[in-house]
Amino acid sequence: MAGETSASNTTSIGSYLRNNIREYGLLVALVVIMVFFQVITQGVLFRPVNITNLVLQNSFIVIMALGMLLIIVAGHIDLSVGSIVAFIGGLSAIMLVKWGLHFSIVVPICLILGGVAGAMQGYWVAYQKIPSFIVTLAGMLVFRGLTYLVLQNRPIGPFPKDFQLLSTGFVPDLLAFANPAPTVVTNFFALVVVVVLVIAAVYFGLKKRRTNELHGSENEPMVFFALQMAIIGAVAIFIGFQLSTYRGFPNVLVVMALLIALYTFITNRSTIGRRIYALGGNEKATKLSGINTERLTFYAFVNMGVLAALAGMIIAARLNSATPKAGVGFELDVIAACFIGGASASGGVGKITGAVIGAFIMGVMNNGMSIMGLGIDYQQLVKGLVLLAAVFFDVYNKNKG
Amino acid sequence: MPAGPALTLRPPWNVTDMENIILEMRNITKTFPGVKALDNVNFKVREGEIHALVGENGAGKSTLMKVLSGVYPAGTYDGEIHYDSEVRAFSTISDSEDLGIIIIHQELALVPLLSIAENIFLGNEIAAKGVIDWRETFSRTRELLAKVGLKEAPSTLITDIGVGKQQLVEIAKAFSKKVRLLILDEPTASLNETDSDALLQLLMEFRNQGLTSIIISHKLNEIKKVADKITILRDGGTVETLDCHKEDISEDRIIKGMVGRDMEDRYPPREPKIGDVLLEVKNWNVFHQQHRDRQFLHDVNFNVRAGEVVGIAGLMGAGRTETAMSIFGRSWGHKITGDVSMHGKPVDVSTIPKAIDAGLAYVTEDRKHLGLVLINNIMHNTSLANLSAVASNGVIDTRREAQVATDYRSRLRIRSHSIYQEAVNLSGGNQQKVVLSKWLFTNPEILILDEPTRGIDVGAKFEIYSIINQLAAEGKGILMISSEMPELLGTCDRIYVMNEGRIVAELPKEEASQESIMRAIMRSGEKN
Repeated sequence: MAGETSASNTTSIGSYLRNNIREYGLLVALVVIMVFFQVITQGVLFRPVNITNLVLQNSFIVIMALGMLLIIVAGHIDLSVGSIVAFIGGLSAIMLVKWGLHFSIVVPICLILGGVAGAMQGYWVAYQKIPSFIVTLAGMLVFRGLTYLVLQNRPIGPFPKDFQLLSTGFVPDLLAFANPAPTVVTNFFALVVVVVLVIAAVYFGLKKRRTNELHGSENEPMVFFALQMAIIGAVAIFIGFQLSTYRGFPNVLVVMALLIALYTFITNRSTIGRRIYALGGNEKATKLSGINTERLTFYAFVNMGVLAALAGMIIAARLNSATPKAGVGFELDVIAACFIGGASASGGVGKITGAVIGAFIMGVMNNGMSIMGLGIDYQQLVKGLVLLAAVFFDVYNKNKG
Repeated sequence: MPAGPALTLRPPWNVTDMENIILEMRNITKTFPGVKALDNVNFKVREGEIHALVGENGAGKSTLMKVLSGVYPAGTYDGEIHYDSEVRAFSTISDSEDLGIIIIHQELALVPLLSIAENIFLGNEIAAKGVIDWRETFSRTRELLAKVGLKEAPSTLITDIGVGKQQLVEIAKAFSKKVRLLILDEPTASLNETDSDALLQLLMEFRNQGLTSIIISHKLNEIKKVADKITILRDGGTVETLDCHKEDISEDRIIKGMVGRDMEDRYPPREPKIGDVLLEVKNWNVFHQQHRDRQFLHDVNFNVRAGEVVGIAGLMGAGRTETAMSIFGRSWGHKITGDVSMHGKPVDVSTIPKAIDAGLAYVTEDRKHLGLVLINNIMHNTSLANLSAVASNGVIDTRREAQVATDYRSRLRIRSHSIYQEAVNLSGGNQQKVVLSKWLFTNPEILILDEPTRGIDVGAKFEIYSIINQLAAEGKGILMISSEMPELLGTCDRIYVMNEGRIVAELPKEEASQESIMRAIMRSGEKN
């Protein structure tokens, strides 16, 4: 409230929970959904092979959600990513299969082309002030049309083996010599990495709490920190163990993890990330603070194009064929992941971790319902209701607070 | 819905009429959080007269009219409204409209892309079971337009007619609602002289037919022309009511009533140490942002010296904010020409980053929309305009950022539970201090403050004045735009007066008074 002058740094557990219910709620929701499907599918969900599938099926949604989150935080939307996925996938197929170029040339070219596609749309949004909904709706049609043109309505494949590994390969067991139980654990490296990461997360988390205390800034209550770490750590080690009994880390999982870390850093610590949040929060005030808001918007779309191109190549490699119908409807899954993850449609609010968890919630539900044998009809219905419920939860919390 | 006869005719106005009071507002008191906007106001209007309501910006005129019309519903203020010899408690605008009290606001409430006829009957359509009777609508519109002397087809779109004619459409709309008490808020503010004269003439004709009107205006010459009575408000209280038929009221007489207040020590003392000219603006010409062929600022020249606090006085719409924003990186206007120099050397201020580099900072009058990212916290708002100073290679040093925010928080005494509190949850005065922090962190040489104390309480005002004094003592130049004349007189070393896009006077502290400022504005207004 206005004029409030209480100077306490230690907040009560109840009030902390009330203020941060969104973040914990999301995590709890993901865990509940996982447990629910684990039970209802009689343990199929967390079988090593299914976890691997889950990662492979959802990596591109997560990767695009990273870019989409920045777009949404900046106060825009991008409907064209599904079409760019197909378009770049098609171009990569032509270069790799028809022209026989090596993937080390094709991958950077495709990323640049994705950036160009994003730039073409970003120009109209940022500098000509055309609503992004319209520009990217046009882009969605244009790039889909271009895909049909370049592929001449036919799928192209198969891809060279080395390119396929991008999507279907696994990180080899670098620590096989030290494996204490080769009969159970087939990829010891994966298990070790997960355990090290969990330990590192706890260590740095504790360190951050200590510096926060020194600087008098707010800390979450210890109970929450411990509980959160315990849940995340347990789930991570469990999944890491399951993967280590199969083939270890899929390559895309590594790519995805690195990108998540990078974008978390960008949104939290970089000037460009900070400015995007300010732009989405109040464009006029940000502009009057001497920030080139047009260029920032433009970059957000270029970035989205690059990530969509990466996703396009991953999908093409996974399906081992570039088809004109690839990526249809992906934009909606990606956008839904961001909104489930707590991004605000009016801009300025949203977290990378939220978008990633949102994407996994959608992914686990898709996967779980498929295992249950529910058709696309029910899947769509349930996803729609979950999206509405998540956003209603946000609005309800905001009005109440 | 049939609306009956358009105008209820009343006996013509008569000077010697007995007390035939249509409206009496008794002891009206209205408080907003921290501010007493109206304090025991008494206001009496006789049937069939034109009653002018005058006062400085913020004197309470608009608030009083909002109380009358039900914008502030009964119960949110103290006092009684007697209308037609009965006590009334309006809880919505339509309650007062049903009794014939119609307000025409300064910002016209017309839908630009609808026709005249559609606008007049908007929300009050002549329809049966939801189907509009266009023939009746158009013929009624024609009658109403004839009454206000507007020769336009009912199907003409609002956007295709000028502001003067739009004003007449508003009046026609008032007549469609059986108006008995017409309230006009600054009706001629955006009109040229011919249109203004025509409008005033029309009001006098209506008076002769028995219509009562209340007119709020800054243009004292116009008020003198039409008003039968003048009520003066000041600081939320009634000063006096003058009867124009009993004595000859001069403009100076009105001005004296408007400004005559004593200046207590609401302003911290300061010993000015004035140095060389820091900022100099020459031949500044700017065209309107939207109406691109209309020149808005004409040959504006001014300067600010180091350690000096320079004021710009003027009425709303005089071009003060536009001057500041057009200089600050062309953030307002179009076809901008003129020279800006700092320390006698020309500087490039064509974009906001360049203006900031040149040493300018502009603290906006609209802190919620243009000053703060409300959903961000104090720290993020403080560093926003100079983020690179707490970052290296594009990576923010959060510790340094927190340090900066903490420093400004204690230096400007921002009251919050921490630097992580969101700006939206701060009081107006503390929000203003956050905006100031943001700009002080860019280390400007010239600080342009646009209405720096608008909407904040007296205590916070004093703190803002103290900050201004401290900055001047550090050798910065302060350009202060304010609609509160006492504030300018209390803090400034020199005051420019603006009116209608021109600087019309430059008054050193010794010559500046509320009377001299008002006189400069009024005289220039009559010349144009």
